[in-house]
Amino acid sequence: MNAAAPVLETRGLTIRFGGHVAVNDVSCAFLPGSLTAIVGPNGAGKTTYFNLISGQLPATAGQVLVKGEDVTRLPASARTRRGLGRAFQLTNLFPNLTVFENVRLAVQARAGAGLNLLTLWTDRLDLVHAAETILDRVRLNDKRNAIAGALPHGDQRKLEVALLIALEPDVFMFDEPTAGMSVDEVPTVLEIIAELKRDASKTILLVEHKMDVVRSLAERIIVLHNGALVADGPPAEVMASAIVREAYLGQELDDA
Amino acid sequence: MLGRILSGDFPRAWPLMVVLLIILLTLALAPFLFSGAQPLNVAAKICVFILLVASYDLLLGYTGIVSFAHTMFFGIGGYGAAIALARIGPDWGSVAIGTLAAMIVAGVLALVIGLFSLRVRAIFFAMITLAVATAFAVLASQLSGITGGEDGLSYRVPEILRPSFRLSEGTVLGTAINGRVITYYIVFFAALAGFLVLLRIVNSPFGRVLQAIRENDFRAEALGYPVVVYRSIASVASAVMAALAGVLLALWLRYTGPDTTLSFAIMIDVLLMVVIGGMGTMYGAVIGASLMILAENYLQALMKGLGEAASGVPFASALLSADRWLLWLGILFILSVYFFPAGIVGKLRALTGKR
Repeated sequence: MNAAAPVLETRGLTIRFGGHVAVNDVSCAFLPGSLTAIVGPNGAGKTTYFNLISGQLPATAGQVLVKGEDVTRLPASARTRRGLGRAFQLTNLFPNLTVFENVRLAVQARAGAGLNLLTLWTDRLDLVHAAETILDRVRLNDKRNAIAGALPHGDQRKLEVALLIALEPDVFMFDEPTAGMSVDEVPTVLEIIAELKRDASKTILLVEHKMDVVRSLAERIIVLHNGALVADGPPAEVMASAIVREAYLGQELDDA
Repeated sequence: MLGRILSGDFPRAWPLMVVLLIILLTLALAPFLFSGAQPLNVAAKICVFILLVASYDLLLGYTGIVSFAHTMFFGIGGYGAAIALARIGPDWGSVAIGTLAAMIVAGVLALVIGLFSLRVRAIFFAMITLAVATAFAVLASQLSGITGGEDGLSYRVPEILRPSFRLSEGTVLGTAINGRVITYYIVFFAALAGFLVLLRIVNSPFGRVLQAIRENDFRAEALGYPVVVYRSIASVASAVMAALAGVLLALWLRYTGPDTTLSFAIMIDVLLMVVIGGMGTMYGAVIGASLMILAENYLQALMKGLGEAASGVPFASALLSADRWLLWLGILFILSVYFFPAGIVGKLRALTGKR
C-alpha cells in the first residue's frame, strides 16, 4: 500500500430507518495526515455517518474500508482495534468509575491487555503511567480520583477526548468536541486537535458547527445534507460555493 | 504479601474487617469451637455458599449479568461428584474425575449459553437462563437411571472422609480428628482458595473490563473490548466456580438430589445473599452467605424461645411462633434492602467514609 492510499474510505454508504434514508450513498476517501471537517445542518446525518463508520450502526448498503480492508460487517470493537477511534457527541463515559480508571481502561484496550484474568491490574505500571500522561495532557490530573459522572460538563468533554487519545488510533473521529463547553475551556481541546494534526500520520475527522474552528483547522470540508454528500473541497472553495452558502450553511457563515 | 493474597482489595472499613476476621476464624476453627454435628454442618454450608455466592457476584455485581442458571452449574458440580462416586466407586480417582468432568461440562455449557444469548438484552438473557435451568432440573429428575431422579443419589466417599475414619487415637483440643473433620477442612480450604481466585479475577485487567461493561457496555465496545467475549468468559469462570462449590457440597453431604443443588429456592437464596451482602464487593458474599445461613438455621430456634417467652401476650406469641420464621426472614430482607441499598459491605464502607 503506498503512502497516498486512503486510510479510511466509504463506498456508497447508506442507512435507512424505515422509509427515512439517514445517510444516502456517501462515497468518500480520507488520506493519512488529513483533517477533514464534516458540516451540515442539524439532522443532516453527520453523527449517523460517524456511527456507520465506527460500527455503532449497521449499514443498509455500501462499504466501510479501513486501510483497504472491508470492515462493514465487523463489530465496533473490532474496528477500534483496526485503528478507528471515536469520541462521542453526547458524553459517553463510565460514570461510576474514577477519571483515572476511565482513561486507564482505554489505555489497557489499546495495549490489548484486557484478557488477563490472574494478574493484578496494578502490576501493569506502564498502563498506569500512560494514563497519567494523558490526564496531564488534557489538564485533568488534579481530578484523577473524581467520579467521572460527577464532573462538570466541560471536564467530561475533556475526558471524552482523553479516552480517544488513549486509544492512539490512526483515524480520530471527533463529534462536536467543544459542544457545550465554556469559552475558556474550548482552547484546551482545540490545542489538542491542532497538536494531533501536526503528526502527519494521523487522520482526523471532525464534525463541528463552529465555522471559525473549521476554517482554522480543516484543509478539507465535506457537506452533508439530508444524508447525501453535496459538497467536498478546500474550505475556501466550499464556503464560497453559492449553493452551499445559501442552502446548507445558512446563518452560520455570517456569524463566523 | 497479604496484599497480593487479597489482590490489593482490602475490606477498607474497620468494622467490616472485624466481621470478616471473626467469620474467617470461626470457620477455620469450627471443628474445635463447637461440638455436635449441627454447628459443623452449618459451618460447612457457609463455606460452600460463600464460594457459590461469590461466583454469582462475579456475574451479577461485577459484570451486570442477571442469570437464573447459577444453581444449574452448582448442580452440575454436585451431580458430577455424586455420579462418579456412586457409579465408579468411593475413591479419590472418582472425586477427581467427577470434579474435572463437572467443571468442564459447566464451563462449556456456560460458554454456549453465553455466546448464543449474551448479545440479547439483559431481560431476555435472564429468561433464557431460567428456561435452560428449568429444563436441566426436569432432565435431572427424569433421567433417574443416572441421577436417581427425585430421590437423588446417596453414595460413599473415599475412606479417610468417612465419619468412622480416625487420623489418630488421641484428640486435638478435645476433638477427635475423624473423617468429618478432614472433609470439613477440604471444604474450607477449597472454598477459601476459590474465593481468593475470584477476588484476583475481579482485580485483574479482565475484572476491570467487566466493571466497565457493567457501567457502559456501549462504550466498552467502542474502546475495542468485544463485550460478548468478555461476558462469556466471565460466565464461564463463574460457572466453573459454582461447579466447584457443588462438588464440595456433594462431598460434605454424601448425598446429592434436586433439593440440595438444583431447586429454584436455592437460586433465590443466592440472589438474596449477594444483594444483602453487597453487590460487586466479593466480601459481600462472605457476609451475605454467613448471615442468611445462620438465620435459616437458627432463626427458627430463636423464635421458638421468643414465642415461649411471649406466650402470655395473645398477638405477639402468634407473630413470634417458630412457624413464622420465614415471615421474619422476609421482613429482614426488605429492611436490609431498604436501608442498605449497597448491601452491608457498602453500608459499612460508607460509614467509615472510604470507598
